[in-house]
Formats: sequence, C-alpha cells, structure tokens
Amino acid sequence: MIYLTRKMEFCASHLYHNPALSAEENKRIFGKCNNPHGHGHNYTLEVTVAGEPDPVTGMVLDLKELREILEREIAQRMDHRFLNYEVEELKGQIPTCENIARVIFNLLEPKIEKGRLYKVRLYETPELFAECYRNGARPA
Amino acid sequence: MLPQRSATRVTDRLKIELGRRYRFSASHRLNNESLSEQENRRVYGKCNNPHGHGHNYVVEVRVSGTVDPATGMIASLVDLDSFVDREVIEPFDHKLLNEEVAAFRKVVPTTENLCKEIYQRLKRFPKAKLERVRVEETSNNTFEYAGEEL
Repeated sequence: MIYLTRKMEFCASHLYHNPALSAEENKRIFGKCNNPHGHGHNYTLEVTVAGEPDPVTGMVLDLKELREILEREIAQRMDHRFLNYEVEELKGQIPTCENIARVIFNLLEPKIEKGRLYKVRLYETPELFAECYRNGARPA
Repeated sequence: MLPQRSATRVTDRLKIELGRRYRFSASHRLNNESLSEQENRRVYGKCNNPHGHGHNYVVEVRVSGTVDPATGMIASLVDLDSFVDREVIEPFDHKLLNEEVAAFRKVVPTTENLCKEIYQRLKRFPKAKLERVRVEETSNNTFEYAGEEL
C-alpha cells in the first residue's frame, strides 16, 4: 500500500461563539476566539490517499486530479471565506480545527475514487492541528 | 487492481485527533554508569562530553476523544496547555535533565527515554485520551512513542 499526501493552503476567518451559552460563558470558554469580528488563519491541509499504484500509469491517483478535487471541494468553499457564515457544511457547528477537519474528510471521501481517502490533517497554525480518519485506520 | 471500497470501512466511525506542539530547551549528558569510561565514549561519542550539551526540543502531543458539540473541541486548549506546561515544560525547560529530573537519575536521558517519560506524564491528562508523543531533538532526529501496543 502506498500513502500519498498532497498539501494545500487556504486562508479563512472564523470566530467561536455558541448562541446557547451566555456572553460570559462564551468569553470564558473561547477567550480571544470569541471576538465578534472574527479573526483569520492560514490553514495548511494535508490530504493522504492510500492505494496501490496503477500498473499502467504508476500512480495511485493523478496528483493533478487530486489538486482539482481540492480546488473544487475545499478552496472554492473555504478560501478567503468567513467559515461561520459562508460554509454550508459548518452551519450550526463551532468552526474549530476538529470540526473543519471532519467536514473536509466528509467532503473529500466520496470524491476520491482512485485509492481511498486515508486521512486529512489540518493545521490552523504550525503549533495546532487536527487529524480525521476512519477509526481502525490508525494514522502514521 | 485498485482497492475497492468495502462496506465495513464506510461504517467505521470517523476519528478525530488534536495535535499541539510545544517547545523547551534543556541539557543532558549520555552516560551509563554501568559502563566503563571508554565504553561510554565509544557508545555515546560526543554526547558523552562530561559537561553536557543542550537541545531545543519540540514535543508534539496528540490526543483523541469526542468533539463536544457545545465547544467544537476535543479538549480545551487552555486545559491541555496548562497540563503540558505543569507536567513537562516547567519541570524540563532550562534544566539539566540528568540532575534535575528524578526519572533520569538512573535512566540515560536519550530522546527515546525522554519520549517515554513525557508519555507517562501526559497519559494522566484527564480531559482526552493521549494517543502519542513525538519529540524532535533536532530537525533531523525525531522519536515517537504511543504506549506499549506499538
């Protein structure tokens, strides 16, 4: 099995606010991330696909094809967007790294037909990331 | 033949891990008292220098758990940061590991052993499950420990 990883970046803004909680609780739990004007990050996304190389092309899947999927499914939805208001799949969720990674996994999984989506890792900053994968496929 | 999607895989639940990187700087000396001076020099080379030497260590901590729908988080970063700070950064940062960390009085503070010691300390984090600890001693040398199951 070969594990192939492609990286991409996108920039987006977000804020953490749970309308079910009081203003004080929101402030206490989310701190600076609760600023109503939002704030932004340069996100780095690493997408890992597992599969066997096709004997004809030598590729698990064409990297160009993967780039196009990432562009269509992720960049067009999230790049230079305010995640709370502009991304349908995140509506009703706090757009934390954990939740964004899961949304990205769910968006990409059905689109990757050669090989299978193994995991996504999303960096919010170089110091903080979330990983999403199918339980049982423990990531390296 | 390319791998096919299997029914079991699709029913597997998604798992989320949170990764956080921390830094500390410390010195150490690699020396095993049960070996002769000459053997120590042969085994540990420059790292056996009696005056010790230091590194800027990077510790990558991975935890898993359920994402709380109210916060969108596996664990509050404030809780995780303060726990790691108290258990690892405070006791290790700007210290001579051999002398100032009790665990390394008898155990050689290689980064393998450091990785295991940090794992043991962070395993007690009450808010999420510790998955693994990765320690970068330099940008060329990295060690990972995920408990004894690996």
